[in-house]
Amino acid sequence: MSPAATCDVRVREIEPLAPGLKRFSFEPAHGGLFSTPPAGGHVMLTLRDGARVMKNAYSLVSPPAERARYDIIVRLVAQSRGGSAFLHHKVARGDVLEMAPPLSLFPVAATAKKHLLIGGGIGITPLLSHLPELKARGARYELHQLSVADEAAVFERLLAPFAAGAEIRVHGGGRAAFDMAGLLARQPLGTHLYVCGPRALMDAVSGTALALGWPKGKIHKESFGDTSGGLPFKAVLKRSGIEVEVGATQSLLEAMEAAGVAAPCLCRGGACGECRTPVIEGEVEHRDDFLSAEEKAAGTAIMTCVSRARGPRLVIDL
Amino acid sequence: MTLQFKPSETFRDTFTYAKTAEDILRFPFPFPEDEYMYSVNIEPHVKGGPTAAFQAVFDIDEHYVAECRERAKVLAEDPKRCQVLPHMMAAEWDTLELIMESLAADYPEHFTLTKAGDLWTWVNRPLGLQQSFTFGKAETLPCPPFEFITRQAQGDFTLQDQREDNLFVDGGMVTTQADWSLEFDIGMTFHEWHGPVPLAHEKGVFDRALKYLMRLQCGQPVRRLNWTMTVNPRLDTSPENYPVWGPDKATVTPENVAEKVHLRVELQTLFRLPRSNAILFGIRCYLTSVADIARVPKWRRRLHRVLRDLHPDIIGYKGLPRYRQMVIDHLAPFDDGVPTSRGIAPDTDTLDAAR
Repeated sequence: MSPAATCDVRVREIEPLAPGLKRFSFEPAHGGLFSTPPAGGHVMLTLRDGARVMKNAYSLVSPPAERARYDIIVRLVAQSRGGSAFLHHKVARGDVLEMAPPLSLFPVAATAKKHLLIGGGIGITPLLSHLPELKARGARYELHQLSVADEAAVFERLLAPFAAGAEIRVHGGGRAAFDMAGLLARQPLGTHLYVCGPRALMDAVSGTALALGWPKGKIHKESFGDTSGGLPFKAVLKRSGIEVEVGATQSLLEAMEAAGVAAPCLCRGGACGECRTPVIEGEVEHRDDFLSAEEKAAGTAIMTCVSRARGPRLVIDL
Repeated sequence: MTLQFKPSETFRDTFTYAKTAEDILRFPFPFPEDEYMYSVNIEPHVKGGPTAAFQAVFDIDEHYVAECRERAKVLAEDPKRCQVLPHMMAAEWDTLELIMESLAADYPEHFTLTKAGDLWTWVNRPLGLQQSFTFGKAETLPCPPFEFITRQAQGDFTLQDQREDNLFVDGGMVTTQADWSLEFDIGMTFHEWHGPVPLAHEKGVFDRALKYLMRLQCGQPVRRLNWTMTVNPRLDTSPENYPVWGPDKATVTPENVAEKVHLRVELQTLFRLPRSNAILFGIRCYLTSVADIARVPKWRRRLHRVLRDLHPDIIGYKGLPRYRQMVIDHLAPFDDGVPTSRGIAPDTDTLDAAR
């Protein structure tokens, strides 16, 4: 899919949760309600810090029934690319930001007999959007949150609304004091596992589960997906005599449309074949499902809706 | 324009179904060019397509009330036309929310939805219904949420769960179908339920479509058109009822072909649902007789050319062999060979006289 258009959102509240942890609450800048957010969904914020533009993905932590606001929790990361520092230090109540509508790549499984959720640090955020949905379904769930000792109380407080009658534990001693293998070994058949946190934790949890014989389809890891963008490049439309600069977060198709070119397209997701365009010069990074492996290897055609140049310049027959 | 519903028209026995001029011109004619072959003809489902049938998330037309009544009749005879597997309850509520909010937004004169927290009140004026219920509590509705709302919508709906890198058809309301059975297909994977379709598998159409649909995102629905032909304006052409409608094919004659044979179009829509991550598949059926199509110059030329040059495997799969030639013979005198414009728009605001 090509990314949906962004909408303007206003910061309605900023709540410090702990040193370096803030909850941001957004509302539609032009009134009305947001769409029902997907359980486990995330949004992409466009952050403009002077001339610098950052696009950062954040899990939504507000429940599906909440349409007046979308909430995210942001940890201030010392070595970040700058997005978290910008949000923590430069964004104030009332500011307007651009937000892409939520995507769902970490949903709740429908056929699970039980849901086992494991979070590490700020990886708690998508689990906070799973919990209201699990509660609404009357589903059986168990949650383990790994934390540094200083932040355990914060996570206890965030999880408190879901704790009644459910097994929820915050492990303030981090991974060292957490019997991961024991936990995974004692789950009943039909349990689905969800993990979100540092890459090392996600790999350790899924690796342990696989070693214990968990089916791959029952292990779910948070993902913000492949970004649709890539390095910027120049597209030369030979027949039209036009040159188009394709930005890092734009598709070739979108860049051509922005330049007023009526390029062919239909599905905008690399499936239908409508936007197939002959390539005259330059290497293609194929991301579509339409061209065969042989056609991709030949490199003589590009699906402009999803694929890009693998280099600074691409000449196409359009 | 306010719709004038025709609550007493029928889709069986007496077949009093008929279309006004506006209703003919809003038909989603399925052929963008003069020849037809399977393709992944999917595009974003945004408002404002080539005919008025694309102006709403869920299209309502002058047959709305009569179609809901026909659905109720089919369900009374065969309750298994509506089935949803138990793990799809979140998808049931997602569907109810999506359809109620869309109908209320697109047709405020006909539908109203008010909410006070979880307490919702739904008003459906064309059907004379008012229902208050608690969202998420199935016991507060007279029937399960998916059945409740799809009894009040035109067209069939199925629910697909996404798991194991595949889609499973795990529920549906299917009473206006082109010869497929929910009772037979329920629980199947994407390639299994498309198994009978000729040619398209070899072309990789289903592999590509499945990958595309698994990436479908909330708020970015997509659509495609599909088609077949049906004798008489009969909505329920199910395998279960084949003994009822199968013999209709033998009643077509050169004299009655234009009135009897209908082009049957499905405006198929696909929505990712937020709570469940399921996909709602809408299959909205439109019937227009060959006689009515012949009143639009572009459409009669194109239907003639498409049918004339259709691949033999598709002719067989769609069940057309008994009467296809009669339709071609009827339309041939009206096809002057003039080129047709690309796309499905009728290219006219008025209809020719009946011929």
